[in-house]
Order: sequence, then structure tokens, then C-alpha cells
Amino acid sequence: MQVTSTARPFATKKEFYAQFRKKSIAQELWLRFLKNKTAVMGLVIFCVIVAVAITAPWIADYDTVVIKIHIVDRLQPPSMKHWFGTDELGRDILARIVHGAQVSLLIGISAIFVSLLVGLVLGGAAGYYGGKTDSVIMRAMDVFLCLPDVLLALAIVAAFGNTKLNLIIAIGLAFSPKFSRVVRAAVMSVRDNEYIEAARSIGARDNRIIYRHVLPNCIGPIIVQVTLYVANAILTIAALSFIGLGIQPPTPEWGNMLASGRTFMRDFPHIVAAPGLAIFFTILALNLLGDGLRDTLDPRLKH
Amino acid sequence: MIRYIIKRLFALIPVILVLTFIVFTILSMTPGDATSIILGSEYTEELGAKLRVELGLDRPVVVQYLHYIANLLRGDFGTSYVMRAPVLDQLSVRLANTAWIVGFAMLLCVSLGIPIGILSATRPRSVFSQGTMVFGLMGVSMPIFWLGLLLILLFSVKLGWLPSSGLDHGARSLVLPAITLGFNYMANIMRTTRSSMLEAIRQDFIRTARAKGVSERRVIYDHALGNALMPTITIIGMDVGTLLGGVVLTETVFSIPGMGRLLVEAINQRDTPCVLGCLVVMAITVAVSNLIVDLVYAYIDPRIRAQYRAGARKA
Repeated sequence: MQVTSTARPFATKKEFYAQFRKKSIAQELWLRFLKNKTAVMGLVIFCVIVAVAITAPWIADYDTVVIKIHIVDRLQPPSMKHWFGTDELGRDILARIVHGAQVSLLIGISAIFVSLLVGLVLGGAAGYYGGKTDSVIMRAMDVFLCLPDVLLALAIVAAFGNTKLNLIIAIGLAFSPKFSRVVRAAVMSVRDNEYIEAARSIGARDNRIIYRHVLPNCIGPIIVQVTLYVANAILTIAALSFIGLGIQPPTPEWGNMLASGRTFMRDFPHIVAAPGLAIFFTILALNLLGDGLRDTLDPRLKH
Repeated sequence: MIRYIIKRLFALIPVILVLTFIVFTILSMTPGDATSIILGSEYTEELGAKLRVELGLDRPVVVQYLHYIANLLRGDFGTSYVMRAPVLDQLSVRLANTAWIVGFAMLLCVSLGIPIGILSATRPRSVFSQGTMVFGLMGVSMPIFWLGLLLILLFSVKLGWLPSSGLDHGARSLVLPAITLGFNYMANIMRTTRSSMLEAIRQDFIRTARAKGVSERRVIYDHALGNALMPTITIIGMDVGTLLGGVVLTETVFSIPGMGRLLVEAINQRDTPCVLGCLVVMAITVAVSNLIVDLVYAYIDPRIRAQYRAGARKA
């Protein structure tokens, strides 16, 4: 039988061998992720928001545009000069939104970093050692799970004052019980695998087993939760600021912009439009991304 | 079963003890106490010290805490520092308002979320299903305080159909707060119902039922639903906590004198007994709803019911 091929002859040896090489796991996951249109959209929106947050100082100057009061320009509807209009003190809303992104993302991501650390240590220990360690740690976590995390964060912030650092710690601690649970479940699912037993049989210490063998293998569900919880953390900051216990004006934050704009919204609805949309799109992007990552990393759950 | 319920309720006591202890410690670490807020501009060292003795704030924190717990176990939530009235009186008034909103929201969400989820799962490729997916995704991403403001703008300011604040207009004033509060909750219920229904419909026993000639209606509502409801019930119960967190926001948006507002006011005024009262009530609510979820499991799923029976026999 004659073999007919329409393929272009390979230019180099390297190219020829490339077709036989197996794709790496990362490559394969990335290709699978790219097939998920909504997830890619989430990633794109989120990247845009991050880019905007990073370039905020070049988009609008903090001292002269973001916090300086221009009472003459107050409550102007959206125009070419002020795309989202101006607020009750005449500040450009777009500039404040852009700088607010910086605040929200910084606190949201650092807070989840805090809860990830706590969760990895506590949940990892509970899941890996099991038995008494597990029940002591998890009973302690159950106490906190009895309270809505917003309220837990609220109590901590109220007690220690609402600086950015305290907000990070408060929200980080408030989310750590849930994280510990996620990490624990993930660790428990890989704990009894044979390669763990093999590692132990060649004399690896617990620490090494946990960091080299257990955690890398349960990174999937943890990444998914990190994405979803960053969304939650950003929502919590906005909520706390909205109640008046979070970031204080004049520092721009989406939640406190909504809170101060509320009084004027009857006559000037534009004032609450932009901050709300900013929160909404950030959360939406992270939710899309998180769902997409879950489908990618755990295809069984996909519908 | 009764024994199980009692056991679970007793397990709540250590939780409450640890929780109150932590909150007590946190609040006592705060700079400034209730006296400076009660006295306001009249505050002097002397008056402050006198008031502190009067409120019992001069004693060590541990003594204060033990005193509080001793009273709490007798059902006494203590006396508010600022209101100078029993916390329980205030709690019961505020709790009623909150309970109305939460109850209404839950009713709305469960009665809409589950049917929409089922319908969406039975026609997974239809426009309706795609629509519910988009709606669900928007629902879980919506900041509820913003949604509340938008609803006020549309239904109170523009259309003038519903009151924008307070609770003076009976059931009509509950509509917007309940929608606001329940929005995320409903989206979550809907999404969970949809995905667990989709999962259930693919199972072998569904194919068997269809092959036997069972009507499509019975296949969906008898065979699939019973098996798919578990995750939904978990969400309904677990999200009660989130719902209570949302209460604070909803009550702020609609200026409703409920427990969420009370909690925020009390925290701002360093009114420890009041803060603790609110948190204890919320923790009990969350724990009880978790218990109810477990009981409903047993009601729906014969396998779990059998487990309880076996456990009771062993004990």
C-alpha cells in the first residue's frame, strides 16, 4: 500500500522529532484550559484589571486627581472629560476606581495568602497526621465555621482598627478555617497513595514527604479555591468598607465609594454605577476563572 | 433520633464557650472602652473610672468573662453597657425583624432556585438553560449591597412601587430586602441543583427507569430528584451562615433595625454584652441549621437513616 502524505516535509530534525514527543502535563492542561471560552474570558478580564491596578499611578495622579477635592466639578454626569462622571467632592470617579482596584487586589490577594499559609499548616497537619491532631485542629476550626466570615473579619477589624495590614490579617484569618478544610480534604485524598508509602519506606521525614510529595499532588483543588476565595476576599473588603469598618475615605475603595455615593444616588445614579460594576466584574472574572480551572484540573466535574 | 439531636445540641456548648471567649478577648484588647463612648464629650478620668466600676469593667477580663458565662448558662445575656437594658430584650425585637427578612429570602430562594435548577438540567442545551447559567453566574458574582442600591433606584425611586427603607409597610417592605439578601443564595441553590441533577440524570438507574417505561415526569421528579437533592440541601443549610453575614449589609442598605445593624452599632460602641449576644444567636442559628440539614438527609436518604439507627443501637 502506498503511503500518501499531505504533510509538509520537516525542515529540521528537531521539528521532525517534536511530533513524537509527549506534551508536558502543564502544556496539556493549558490547552484544555484554552478550550474553555468562558474561563479564558475570565482570565482576560482579570488580567486587564490587574494591569489597570498596576498602572494606576500613571493613569491618574493620586494626590492631585484621586483624593484632591474639586468642589466646582462635583456630581457631574459622565462626559468625555470624566468618563464615569465625578463624585460628591468633584473627584474623577474613573481615577478613583482605578486606584481602588489597587487597594482591593492588594488586600484581597495578600489576605488569601495569609489564609493559605494558615490553611496549609493547619489543614496539612490535620489531613496528614489524622487521628488526634486532626480532631483537635478541626474541632477548633468548627468553632469559627459557626460564624459567617464577614462577621469574623468585622469583629477582628473592629478590635484592632482598620489599617490595611489589619484588614489583610482579619480577612486572612476569617477565611483560614475554610481553607484548612479544603487543604485537609485534599491532603487526605493523596495521603494513602503508594508513592507516599514508598517515600516513607526509603526513610524520608514527614516534613519532606509533606512538602515534596503530598502538597504538590493536591495543588489542583487548592488553586481553584484560591481563585474563588480571592473573589470572596475582595467582596468582603468592599462589604466592610461599605459598612464603614473597612478602608476609610479619602482612600478610594469600591465599597466606600458606594457608601459615600449612596446619599446622592437618587439624583445622580451614575455615582453608584461605576464602583458596583468594578466589584461585579472583578468577582465575575475570578469566578469564571475559578470554575474554568476546576473543569481543567478535575475534568470529572465538568458538565 | 432524639438522642442524636440532644447530643448535637450539647456539642454546641463548647463551641459557644470558645467563641465567646475569643470575642471577649478580642474586644477587651481594643484601645478605649464603652465608657468613653457613653460619656462622649463629658468624659473625664474620674467619671470614666466611676462608670467602669458600675459596669464591672474594672475587674480582670477573665473574671468578667466567667461572670458573663455564668449568666449566659442561666439564659441571661447580660445588660447592654450603652442602652443600660437587658441585651435579650433588644435582641428579641431586632431578631424578629431579621428573622422576617431571612425567612422571606429563604422561602423565595428555595421555591424559585430548585425548580429553575431542575428545569434547566432537564433541557441542558436549551436557551432557557443557557440563560439560567448566565443568570446564575451573575447571581454569585453580584455584590448584594450594590444590588440593593440598584433595586432601590429602580423600584422605589423610578417606579415608586416599593418602599426603599424601614419595615413600616408590612410585607411590601420585605420584598426588596429579601431579594437583595437572597440573590447570591438563590443563584447558588440554582447552580447546585442544576449540576447535581445533570449528574443524576446520567446515572444508570435513570436509564433503567426509562427502559422500564416509567414516564419522563416520574423519572425526573421521583428517581433523579431524590438523588440529586442532597448537594442542594447541603448548600441551603451551609449558606445560612453567608446569609446571616449578608444580613448586616442588607440592613445597612435598607436602614432596617435588625440584628445585623445592632451588631455593627454594638461593635462601634464597644458594647461587649451586646456584640456577644448577637454572635451567640447567630452561631446557634448556624449550628441548628447544620443540624437540620443532617436530619433532612436522614429523612430523604434511607441509607443515612440506616446509619443513624445502627449508631443508636451501638450506643
